[in-house]
Amino acid sequence: MPNPMILIENVSKRFTLHNQNAAVIPVMTGAQMRVEPGECVALTGQSGAGKSTLMRMIYGNYLAASGSILIGGLDVVRASPREIIRLRRETLGYVSQFLRVVPRVPTRTVVAEPLLALGHGEAEAHARAEELLKMLNIPERLWSLSPTTFSGGEQQRVNIARGFAHDYPALLLDEPTASLDGANREVVLQLIERAKARGAAIVGIFHDEAARKRVCDREIDVTGFTPRKAA
Amino acid sequence: MTLHRTINLDLDSPLLRVEALTKLYGARIGCADVSFDLYPGEVLGIVGESGSGKSTLLSCLAGHLACDEGRVLYRNRDVVTLSEPERRLLSRTEWAFVHQNPRDGLRMGVSAGGNVGERLMAVGARNYAAIRASATDWLGRVEIAAERIDDRPRQFSGGMQQRLQIARNLVTSPRLVFMDEPTGGLDVSVQARLLDLLRSLVRDMGLSVIIVTHDLAVARLLADRLMVMKDGRVIEQGLTDQVLDDPQHAYTQLLVSSVLQV
Repeated sequence: MPNPMILIENVSKRFTLHNQNAAVIPVMTGAQMRVEPGECVALTGQSGAGKSTLMRMIYGNYLAASGSILIGGLDVVRASPREIIRLRRETLGYVSQFLRVVPRVPTRTVVAEPLLALGHGEAEAHARAEELLKMLNIPERLWSLSPTTFSGGEQQRVNIARGFAHDYPALLLDEPTASLDGANREVVLQLIERAKARGAAIVGIFHDEAARKRVCDREIDVTGFTPRKAA
Repeated sequence: MTLHRTINLDLDSPLLRVEALTKLYGARIGCADVSFDLYPGEVLGIVGESGSGKSTLLSCLAGHLACDEGRVLYRNRDVVTLSEPERRLLSRTEWAFVHQNPRDGLRMGVSAGGNVGERLMAVGARNYAAIRASATDWLGRVEIAAERIDDRPRQFSGGMQQRLQIARNLVTSPRLVFMDEPTGGLDVSVQARLLDLLRSLVRDMGLSVIIVTHDLAVARLLADRLMVMKDGRVIEQGLTDQVLDDPQHAYTQLLVSSVLQV
């Protein structure tokens, strides 16, 4: 069997709220999944079941309490910050639902940043950024403005453009088609299909059922990883 | 834009290695038992409230304060035991220090161009035309109009003074920059401009930065890694977004949850 791009084994997570009587809230136990290159796996389950929590652990944003999360061979659970930064720069992309940028940075640069961080030249990075912005129907007159004042839908598209600027071998997508109109939704689905075709391993959260059915090869219901309540 | 590099660095060895650094003020702890590695191109944020020891730590690292115990290795040389002339040379060439108050880092009676040029002359530049050209270039990079080159910093706004201090510090292409609350005391819109500028300079020059701030939003936007300090000790450290989004220590949880959401 080929090496999976993403391999998750026996992952658990609990939050300890020190300032609320040190309440310990177990939110996940025994999570496991594997995603091969070129495959897209949907995380499903009710709101609050832990889809975003699992995704954040894969990205190294939340610390797992136990288990292992291998991305291209690196165990995110035990990796140093420096290793995770490098993983995120080269290997693991993440399209979140929120755009977080330094105010004042032009949209074109926001999208080009992942390429600049990899050492690509400015001209090349900006050309790729402009290609994506055009594809996602962000009007050219907005490219030199900061996206902080854009509408929710526009910010979401800038976020997607940024997430697809570099051809990451692994991609995490959190509701990539939410708040998009039909035409832009179609563009995003094609971007996902193209990423799969070039061999990206994708984990996504899609409330948009038609989108999920179209781009995802499998579904994993995270409810199966919910800790049983103590009787 | 790739800048000319005068020093070849091994990107996989730490630029700075700090081992069990301790500074006492009499019986009181300034900072205690601080250890970390900083790699080329990395931005380390030190956060905590006033009195947590973060500024003491920065001063010890930069050699402004003598520490009581521990080692600070810069490119494998122990800087704690450097002679004063050696340390001064280092802080004029490979190191830079950006103070919270621009008045502490600038010469207020000297023109903007002179402030930038002075640091070049301190490392041996003698050609007036070249120094002035370099100063003009740097004023442009920090978005100060060339015609202000002969004005004195006291004629500048706070934000401009801070940008001038950054130009003065970076003109000699340092490798390691210490920053003490560089955006403190500035209006929010001015802060945003400075953050944007710092981010691109860090990326384009491959700078390593240690930045002390009490502003978690600034830390999130600038730092790759965070150290959280309380009562002189590092109580939590890790990837910036992990520390802020999934804090483990009670104090960090309190700090993060105390920030007003906008």
